[in-house]
Amino acid sequence: MFRTLGADYGGAYLPEALVPAAEAVAAAFIEAWPDPAFRAEYADLLATYAGRPTPLTTCRRLSAELGVRVLLKREDLAHTGSHKINNVLGQALLARRMGRTRLIAETGAGQHGVATATAAALFGMGCTVYMGHTDIARQAPNVFRMELLGAELVPVGGRGTLKDAVNAALRAWVSEVDTTHYCVGSVIGPYPYPWMVREFQRVVGDEARAQCGPTLPDVVVACVGGGSNAAGTFAAFLDTPARLVGVEAAGGAALTNGRPGILHGFRSRFLQDDDGQIREAESISAGLDYPGVGPEHAMLADTGRARYTTATDAAALDAVHRLCRTEGILPALESAHALAWVLAAAGTDELPAGSTVLVTLSGRGDKDIDQIREAS
Amino acid sequence: MILMPYLLAGLTPDWTDLIGAFVDAGADAVEVGLPFSDPVADGPTMQEANAAALARGARPAALLRELPAAPVPIYVSTYANLVQPPDFLDRVAASGARGVVVPDLPVDASATHRAASRERGLHTPLLVAPSTPDDRLRRIAAASTGFLYAVSAMRTTGERASVAAAGIALARRARAVSKVPVLVGFGVSTPDQALALSRHADGVIIGSALMRRVLDGAGVAEVAGLVADVRRALDKASTDKASTDRVRETDPA
Repeated sequence: MFRTLGADYGGAYLPEALVPAAEAVAAAFIEAWPDPAFRAEYADLLATYAGRPTPLTTCRRLSAELGVRVLLKREDLAHTGSHKINNVLGQALLARRMGRTRLIAETGAGQHGVATATAAALFGMGCTVYMGHTDIARQAPNVFRMELLGAELVPVGGRGTLKDAVNAALRAWVSEVDTTHYCVGSVIGPYPYPWMVREFQRVVGDEARAQCGPTLPDVVVACVGGGSNAAGTFAAFLDTPARLVGVEAAGGAALTNGRPGILHGFRSRFLQDDDGQIREAESISAGLDYPGVGPEHAMLADTGRARYTTATDAAALDAVHRLCRTEGILPALESAHALAWVLAAAGTDELPAGSTVLVTLSGRGDKDIDQIREAS
Repeated sequence: MILMPYLLAGLTPDWTDLIGAFVDAGADAVEVGLPFSDPVADGPTMQEANAAALARGARPAALLRELPAAPVPIYVSTYANLVQPPDFLDRVAASGARGVVVPDLPVDASATHRAASRERGLHTPLLVAPSTPDDRLRRIAAASTGFLYAVSAMRTTGERASVAAAGIALARRARAVSKVPVLVGFGVSTPDQALALSRHADGVIIGSALMRRVLDGAGVAEVAGLVADVRRALDKASTDKASTDRVRETDPA
């Protein structure tokens, strides 16, 4: 499963030196995931450490203003402030089971870096986080949090965003495959990561579906950078009539503007020029500033089961202000893209008056306050 | 011993001159890289070179058209995303190159590429690494044509102080099962390192050390000087022990 997806999305396009390491991760996950002991320990960590289940909040004032019922899956209330902790705790457990003593990770907005640094501290593991210099400058609070948690932060050059951070983490992994687990932060990378990370994130969707009760949402919306919160959310609603909507940053819209390609170990859709050189994404949100998208999303887009659209920086900022004022919730800039779609679509054919929309609020916006202040 | 220097196409306006200079300096084959935006198997020197070539406006199709005829085999190397379009291999075939090395296309993902290459008369040298288990190494060696590229260490490309023992061990393992010449690359940058490998491999690939010189502004003659130095060292060693060497077919086809 997931070794390849429709149209050959997915796969494991790695330098040979890393192939055995990725295969070892796959073998370990295939063995661990059905193991009741592994699942019990994971569930216990989610409940007693990460603060799950996270609530489902009905937005009373915003719903009244928009004429649609807006439900928020509150990943901002998970430990470390985003859904990233779900994946990281699972991978840290797996790393320990594999006898690894160190975690490395890439990070864009810093949420995955903070989550990985947190899990490393919890498990007594070493931790190195690769982060682009541009992102380091615009996500200062998370940089300090990682350092406070004992992680080593390695600044990465190039344009200095998420794409460069993934390159650096893959390069670093080559020289320490025997001791180190590469804790990929989204549903990207070589097999088994897109599948494994989706499985670790499906708790978001499973909880939300149960919390919705008998009335399932008409539309389920999530932001998409690599696409892990969307993948985890969608997984629980694929077999329902709900329409699934993924919202990419307008400047990083691999599904809207990209075409099939291979990068970072997987085949999916990527922003690239006519020659196949990968283009830089451009978004106010460091977490969505990625030129590709998880292979499962490329497949869901091709089959039409999910629809993918975009939100501009300005629309995301508007959504931040709107949710703050109407509900007293400060969303991450990433999550604000999903909200921006709701604000724009409410009352149209896409989201008719009286319908119910579930939005995965993937993270909290505290990390973004400097940027929001500057841009507002 | 086969000596295969590497150069990145488009890095300087006179990059094509390097091919002739390498041949004059004693190269038996030349690996010509096409720049990619995200060279994930490469270390700092090659990352800098790839970025510099792209900043100069290098484009793969044009570079392949500019590739000069050479009296030795030329192998193109670049990343999987550039190799994907159906007309890419046609362009490589038209360029006169013998095949394509794709460092992020492992054997499991290479069946389509290998078949398409075979149809066009192109070789598909595959890579093995110190982490490659024996059974997998046999599978890769069986699928590799032209030569087998042995990655000398669990690292990205780049210059090193010495050849890792892991590189020698891999070369020996690879040679035991390979029907094509085993060439060792990644971290081979001096005549001494090439010598250290000469007993265990059929050849060496030198890349970053040469591109470092180009990036530092060295002219064609100076860059090719390193190739000549390595050639001399290898030839001296082979003369010294020629009588005891086992005979092997070592031409990269």
